[in-house]
Amino acid sequence: MSTQTEPESETEIEESEAAATETESAVESPGDRRRREKGERAVEEEAKRKEAEETLDEEDTVQIKVFRYDPEVEGKQEPRFDDFHVPFFKGMTVLDALIYARDTYDSSLTFRHSCRQAVCGSDALFINGSQRLACQTQIADLDSETVRVEPLPHQDVVKDLVVDMEHFYDQMDSVEPYFDADELPDGDETQRQTPENREKVKMSTRCIWCGACMSSCNIAADDNQYLGPAAINMAYRFAMDEREGEIRKEDRIKIIEQEHGVWRCQTQFSCTEVCPKDIPLTEHIQELKREAVKSNLKFW
Amino acid sequence: MSHSYDRGFIEDFGRWREFSAGMWAWIFHKFTGWVLIGYLFTHIAVLSTATASDPAVYTDTLQGLEALVIVRFLEVGLLAVAVFHILNGVRLLFVDLGVGLEAQDRSFYASLVLTGAITVASVPTFVGGVLA
Repeated sequence: MSTQTEPESETEIEESEAAATETESAVESPGDRRRREKGERAVEEEAKRKEAEETLDEEDTVQIKVFRYDPEVEGKQEPRFDDFHVPFFKGMTVLDALIYARDTYDSSLTFRHSCRQAVCGSDALFINGSQRLACQTQIADLDSETVRVEPLPHQDVVKDLVVDMEHFYDQMDSVEPYFDADELPDGDETQRQTPENREKVKMSTRCIWCGACMSSCNIAADDNQYLGPAAINMAYRFAMDEREGEIRKEDRIKIIEQEHGVWRCQTQFSCTEVCPKDIPLTEHIQELKREAVKSNLKFW
Repeated sequence: MSHSYDRGFIEDFGRWREFSAGMWAWIFHKFTGWVLIGYLFTHIAVLSTATASDPAVYTDTLQGLEALVIVRFLEVGLLAVAVFHILNGVRLLFVDLGVGLEAQDRSFYASLVLTGAITVASVPTFVGGVLA
């Protein structure tokens, strides 16, 4: 572009077109051509985007109110809410809106996300007063003018929408969430599970460790030692697995029947309500309570 | 972690506008339970002191209490509280047995409606003598 002598008032598009005609005269490799075309397209799209953004009216934008907090920057230590007006498109999720706000308006906006399809469980947020996965929540479904996005309650906020998950992971680990059979089959033999048993534990295996249930639970908020719905669900998943054997199951029941285990649950159904994978958490906790009673009640 | 922001009381308690059915059931059950315990102790205290001396004192005390309009209304409230606690208690028994967990919100609404109906139906009995 150094050879160009065009007036400064030229727009970006014209500039790149001029650049294009210039390079065409020289011998152009396919790679150069592709890069040139890509560059042209990018400029075109950017112009389109700008135009579309300027002509937006109230109907096509959505306002998101995002919790902001940064302990490391002076002046941001006081928590506040930032408003972002984001162009709406059909099928837009809360995560899409957050990504747009971060990429377009404020690159310091911090939140966790990875797979964007409700598999990784990293973007559980407090959206309009309920724990939801941002990637799974359609803005159109929220039925409100503004979308209020906050970090998960009952967890320490590290920055903006990022919370400290350490305690949650500790609770998950404390129920020993791994398969550990009493006896393994010899040699190459497969360890089979009956279809009925698989069906029984099916829902509990869906947990993605997002922490929404733990955050929604009042009891877990008050009692830091309480295992929490997710951890108890993990215990259920393995305790109910018939392949593990009776001895292991007894050990697992011993873990969950402790003072801060299943008996802390007061059946608020908050966890079942918010679980993005629709795991019937309360049902599993109640079943483990009955198992715990059964293992302790002996009439002989 | 060196820095973290404590969101305070609202965070532990949540926002009541956003509570779901199960949460309301839990709160009402706690509340009615405490009211019933409070009533139980007052009940025992009043009866034990009123019957301590002789039957005439007992009759006087009760008639004096029943003559107060506020007591009549409090009795309606007590019935409402007791009925809800009983009905929701039955609901919780079913929850403990793992029966009908999918219908837990509807059974809560049902117990609310039934409580309302029984309370309204009881008003003539409790308040009738005073206002009529």
